[in-house]
Parts: sequence; C-alpha cells; structure tokens
Amino acid sequence: MRTGRWLSVVGLSILVLAGCGQLQSSESAAQSTAPAVSDRPAPSAGASADGERGGTLVFAGARLAASLDPALTSDRESFRLLRQVYEPLVGVAPGSANELVGVLAESWDGQPSDTTYVFHLREGVKFHDGTDLDAAAVCFNFDRWYNFKGSFQNPSATYYWQVVFGGFSTFNPDSGAPEESLYESCEASDSSTAVITLTKPSATFIPALSQQAFSIASPKALQEFGADEGSVDADGIFHPTGTFGTEHPVGTGPFQFVSWTRGDRLVVERFDDYWGEKASLDQVIFRPIADNAARLQALQTGEIQGYDLVEPQDIPTIQENGDLQVIDRPPFNVAYVGFNMSMPPLDDPKVRQALAYGLDRQGVVDSFYGGRAEVAKEFMPPSVEGYADDVPEYTYDPEKSKQLLQEAGLTPPVKIDFWYPTDVSRPYMPDPKRNFEALAASLEKAGFAITPHSAPWSPDYLGKSDEGQLQVYLLGWTGDYGDADNFIGTFFQSPQKQWGTDKNDEMKPVQDLLAQAEEEPDQAKRIELYQEANRQIMTILPGVPYAHSSPALAFTANVQGYAPSPTTNESFATVTLG
Amino acid sequence: MLRFVVRRLLLLIPILIGVSILVFLWIRALPGGPAAALLGERATPEAVAALEHQYGLDQPIYVQYGKYVEQLATLEFGNSSTSRQPVATEFRQRFPATIELAFAAGFFALIVGIPLGFFAAKRYQGVVDHTSLVISLIGISTPIFFLALILKYVFAVQLGWLPSVGRMSVLIDVPHPTNFYLLDAILARNWEAFVDVSKHLILPAIALGSIPLAIIARITRASVLDVQNEDYVRTAQAKGLAPRSVDFSHVLRNAMLPIATIIGLQVGLLLSGAVLTETVFAFPGIGSWLVDAIKARNYPVIQGGVLFIAIIVVFVNLLVDLSYGFLNPRIRLSK
Repeated sequence: MRTGRWLSVVGLSILVLAGCGQLQSSESAAQSTAPAVSDRPAPSAGASADGERGGTLVFAGARLAASLDPALTSDRESFRLLRQVYEPLVGVAPGSANELVGVLAESWDGQPSDTTYVFHLREGVKFHDGTDLDAAAVCFNFDRWYNFKGSFQNPSATYYWQVVFGGFSTFNPDSGAPEESLYESCEASDSSTAVITLTKPSATFIPALSQQAFSIASPKALQEFGADEGSVDADGIFHPTGTFGTEHPVGTGPFQFVSWTRGDRLVVERFDDYWGEKASLDQVIFRPIADNAARLQALQTGEIQGYDLVEPQDIPTIQENGDLQVIDRPPFNVAYVGFNMSMPPLDDPKVRQALAYGLDRQGVVDSFYGGRAEVAKEFMPPSVEGYADDVPEYTYDPEKSKQLLQEAGLTPPVKIDFWYPTDVSRPYMPDPKRNFEALAASLEKAGFAITPHSAPWSPDYLGKSDEGQLQVYLLGWTGDYGDADNFIGTFFQSPQKQWGTDKNDEMKPVQDLLAQAEEEPDQAKRIELYQEANRQIMTILPGVPYAHSSPALAFTANVQGYAPSPTTNESFATVTLG
Repeated sequence: MLRFVVRRLLLLIPILIGVSILVFLWIRALPGGPAAALLGERATPEAVAALEHQYGLDQPIYVQYGKYVEQLATLEFGNSSTSRQPVATEFRQRFPATIELAFAAGFFALIVGIPLGFFAAKRYQGVVDHTSLVISLIGISTPIFFLALILKYVFAVQLGWLPSVGRMSVLIDVPHPTNFYLLDAILARNWEAFVDVSKHLILPAIALGSIPLAIIARITRASVLDVQNEDYVRTAQAKGLAPRSVDFSHVLRNAMLPIATIIGLQVGLLLSGAVLTETVFAFPGIGSWLVDAIKARNYPVIQGGVLFIAIIVVFVNLLVDLSYGFLNPRIRLSK
C-alpha cells in the first residue's frame, strides 16, 4: 500500500514536470511545423482551371457588426463589412490614406472655399435590389441623415455625422448633438447631378465623405424595410424594428448581402451587376473570433483564410510558416505620452522638455512592437499630408534632462504621477504595462521619481483623462481619414481638459494655426500651416509621441490581391485565391 | 409529490428576487456604465452625460430599481445596449449553443467519470485507482482555458483531426429552426452537418467537462467503496447473485444518489465554465454573450442573462431532487 501511494505521488510529479517541459518545447515546435490541413475541407480554390476566379474566402474579425446601416455605425469591424456592400460618393485610392478618387461620383466641382459642391454621378450604377443610383437617391440619403430625430441624434448612434457635419435639422439639447450643422441642403438638379450646399466652407468635407458612414444606400430598401423605424424602450435604448440594418442592407458595392447569423457568420456574395470590375471571389464569409490566440489557430488549421489584428508576438510564428503570410498596413496611428499642462510642474516648458529627453522611445519601439513600429517624431504619421520632417527632435539623453530640471529650479528627483491603462490592447499600444515600465524606468534615470498609477481602460482611464485628472499618461489615436485635422486638429484645436489646455494657454498659437488651416482653401498653404503647427507642437510639447505602429493582417499564402489600407478601408473585390 | 414540486417552484420567487437585486446592484457598482463603454476613445463628457440621461442612469438607484422591477413584472427584459436587439431574443438564440455544449460536457464527464470511479473503487489501491486519482487531480487543477488551448493545439493545429473554433463549418449550410445544431442537422436529414457539429463539440466538451469528470470520478469511487461494504451487498452476494448483477442492481444504483446531487450542482459549474470555454473556442453561447456584456457594461443583457441562468439552475436542481424518488424507492415510499 505504501509503495502504491509513493508511486502515485512520483507519477503525478513526473506528469506535471513533463507537462511543463512539453509546453516549452511545444512552443518552439509550433514555429517550425506546417499546419496539418490535409483533411480539412479546404474552401474551394476556384471553379475554373487556372484557380484564380471564384472561390470562398473565410475571414475572421474580432466580432461582426452591430448594425449594417452605415449611418449608425462607427467601429472598424462594422466598417470592414460595410465596405464590401456599400460605396460612398468619394473614396480613397486602394492602399492610400489621402488620395481621393471618385467612386459613385465620377467627378465633382467645388473647392474648400466654396459652400456649394456639384457631384457628377456615375451613370448606369445599380443598387443590389435593381434600382438605379441617381441624384435623388443621393439626396435621399443625405436628407435622411440630416433629419434624424430622437435617439438617432445621440453621439453613440451617429458619431461620424456629428464629427463632420455637427447638428441635425432639429436641435434637441438633451441629445448630446451640437446645435449648428455644416449641412444645409441637397438638390438633384438632374438625374445624375447632385448639388450639396454647406452652411460654411470646409476643407475637410470632401475627404470626410470617404468614411463608410456616408455610404449611399438604396432609398427603396431604406423605406421598405423601415430603416428609421424603432422604439425607445423603458431603458432609453433605441431598438430598431425595421429589418434594413439586419437583413436588407442594400448598397452598390461589389458584393451583396446574403445572410447574417448572429455570433456565427455573415455571408456576402459577388454582385454580378456591379458597375466596376467584378469581384473575383464568389463568396466571402466573415466569422467572429474574439480571442486572439483562437484566430491564429483557426488560420493554422485552415478554418479561416485570413484575419485581422495580429498580435506582434504571433508574427514570427506566422512568418516562419510557409503556408501563411503577413500583410502590413501603413502606419496610421500614434502612441504618445500625454501631459496635463495645467498640473505643476508640467506648466514649466523646461520640465516638459526634460521629460521628452528622458523617455527612451527607441527602446520601447524596438522591444514591444514585434519589429512593426517606428519612433514617432510628431503627433501624426508620415503618410498624412502636413507632416513636417524638420520638427525638433528629442533623443534619449538623461543628462540633458537633469540639466534642464536644474535650470527650471528643481532638484532631481522630480515627482511625477505616471498613468497607464489596464485591460486593453490597442494597435498603437499592444501592451500598455510594458510600455509604461520601460518608459518609467528611463525617466527614473533622467532625474524623475515616478509614482505609477493605473486604471481599467474603459470607462475609468478614458473618463479620467477626459476630465483632466491624469498628470502624465499613455494614450494614442488611430486615424479615421487621411487628413491632419483628424490627428492634431482632434487633439489640439480646441482647449481640452486632457491636455490642461483649458487652463494653460501655451498652446494658443497652435490653436490659432489649426483653426486657420481648417478653413484654408488653398491646399498647398493648408499643408504648410499644418507643418508649422507640428513644429510648434513639438516645441511647446503638450506631450511626447513615441510610436507609429503597423497593425498587421495574416492570410494563407494562396490569398493574393488584398490591398491593405491605413484606414482599414479594404475591399475583397480585388482578392483572388491563387 | 405535487405539493413538493409546487413548493419548490414557489421558492423560485424569493430566489429570483434575491438574484435580481444582487445583479442589479453589483453591475452598477462596477466603475463606468454602458455610455462610456459604447463611445470608447471617442467619448466626450457631454456625449457620455447625454447617453446616460437617455438610459435613465442619472436617476437615483431606487428609482432605477423600481423601473426595473416594473419591467420584470411585465416580463420586459429590455434591449441590449450594443446590438439593440431584445435581450430575450438574444438569449433564446444563444442559449441552445451553451445547452448543447453543457450536455456534451456532462455526457463526457459521466460516461468517462462513472466507470473510472467505479473501477477505481473495485480495484481499490490498484493501478486503475491511482491512475484515476492522477487524472482527476490534473482535471481539477488545470485551468479550463489552458486545457482548451492545449487540446486545440494538439488535436486541431498539429494533428488536424478536429476543428478549433465555432459550432459548425461555415461552408455547410443548414436551416436552424431550433438553434440546437445537432437537432437541426437531424431535422434537415443532413448527415454531413451532424458529423461536423459533433466534431466541433468534442474538444470544447472535453475542456469543459474535465472538472466535472474529475469530481464525478472521485465521488463515484467514494460512494461505491461506501456501498460495497453495506450489508445488503453482502447479502446479495451470499444469495449467489452474479457479480455483475450485484454491481448494477445494488452497488451502482445506490451509489448513484450522491452522484445525482453532484450532477445538479455541476450544472452551475458547467454554465459558468462555459464562459471560458466559449471564449477560447469562439462558441456563440451565453457564456461569451455575458463576457462581452460585462465588458460593455450592457446592463439589460447582464441582468436578463443572469436571471435566466438562475432560473435554469433552480429548475435543474428541482429535477435532481425529484429524481431521488426514482433512484431510491425508500425515499419515494417514505412520502
């Protein structure tokens, strides 16, 4: 009996230790073996002989959409789906951040100094339900958005309309929407000419139209399937009772909607009457897989042929696998260390400079981004026009920091409250804690005494930063569209508690520059203004940007023709399964 | 018997009231609310305030609770703040997935656990006994999440025998009248779909059932050991009954009583363990539904979902209690 007991203890220990050892060796084994896909039902590589045309591609995002009504969506996963089915008047060239091309509008007349824009629509474009795209349809859509009432006016419902145009035809102070609107009217002067009038000139109107939220939907479907119907329940939550956004999203895009089983899959198929170059794939099936590791494994087994939001640490695994590939997006975000300039000692420019010299940004970029990021010199990525190459730069120099602190009349170590978020991973900041630890360590060498603070990302951390409660903090931003206004305009044009600019007015010159640039009609002059703003921002230092990252996608090796876009404005129409 | 059932059903009411108060207060104690979660990085204090006002979250808590009770009384569970679909509908859509998974896991735990425990007891202190102890300990100590990843890595990625995510291959199309995918496949007479759904259930069922398996094996073992030494077993043996007959009719049947209780308690474990399993396997059941809801501070979904689960757990335990009468005539007759 005693031997029996001993045996089981020993056996158990061996098993446990073996398990641990197995784990370590299996981690490295994972990187060198190809997935066993032989008996997986491989989605057909095409019906035709050359294997290029046709086929079904299964793609995984973190989740599917909340609604397929473009006017009511504002998240990237929804945009991915909408992009296949709908089109806007004006778009962005594939892969570019800011090169505008006409999509539903072949051309347009109107300068940033104008308030009237004339859109010449493409002829012969049909919606998926067979109705024609004409100027009346375009105006129907714009007027629908402008006339939203009730809970449609809440910023959580119509985020992009409010960002670009502001208010609606009726103002409701409780709704959260602004009172004034950039939009005045839309007129169909003939069947292929739509005239949109604004209340004042805007340099961001045309670029902003490339947003998925401003896609043109079929008026027939919008009306027939009750897109504006719904009731507000006792909790104040709007519940759409129409089926437009759930079963009948009708657009003009290269794919048309087939079916949506919530939590399981969303299926689109090629639209054979598309006005442009028809898609090659027969079908694209989107499935939601929230867990990052699960997405990677599904790619390795062949259950999916592509997925988004690849974790930096998974990239070597994918690259070493000959059957898989990584596709990079051009960087379109910025990670920064923000300052609240109204909290001493950050109101002293020398202290802020000392902080800038005390941050080892290169170290963080090299260590925690899987080799997929670059050090940020300013608050917007290089691909956006208005980027200035000649901004003041601050390479890591702890001695200089200490010197500056002494010049400011302070004795090192200077106490700083440094905040970072938990429970979150952002494309520009995959692991906030590690970024924090490295940056804090470098600051401690530079004459600072760091008191660490953290809070869960949403809503605590974001709430606190909005309220201006954080002295020094990690944050970032992913661009919506390729315009400097979307980066430095969003951060610095108006006084905000987050930066302390509501109390500290050192940034006033920048605010003036940005306001001027927003209304500047001459594009060349506008770019100059933004460049000057960037120089001034990096002199005044309301914060220190440290990284631009390139979130990556992963596909099986046979997927060709996917054009990555900085704004995730990516169509499957050009994809083939080779 | 009927009075027993009615009394137990009436007990549901205070239980549900208690659960609803707890959930209601607890989720509001969590920092933040649906407004900030919905708006995310793009939240401005004004936007958050406007949304909270719309949701009535700026009212005093007793006013909010009063409204909530009023809604419940009319069986109004509200709408999800993220998908804007009715909570009851979403629950109905997602619940079958978790039920199928829980059943598969429970089934796995029973058909492996009971024999394992039985033979461990029969060959007390033998090799089987010690092996089953080791397996049980591994089962109980390995976190489900971790076990799931290992199973997926070995059987899906490396060997390619089984799929790694979802309930069914996206390339197979079958109508879903019941949303129980196995049942739907049978109704559609689609053998390929049935096999596919079964394959998708295997790994999650093993991961989820690993802890109940361990517990059932140990309890069976202890219970059988206990019963084996009872007088009536010796009597049966003395009467000359075949050993197998003794085992089934006397030993196992009496040993089942504590196991029945355990099974009832396991339901709660299965439903909560489903949360982790569903996340790793991208299984669209109520576990992943609730996790997403908590992250998004989706009050209606959390309140509704937890309430529904409480009802189910109570019902299952009621059924377990009723099953005692069936398993053990002594209890039945003593009424």
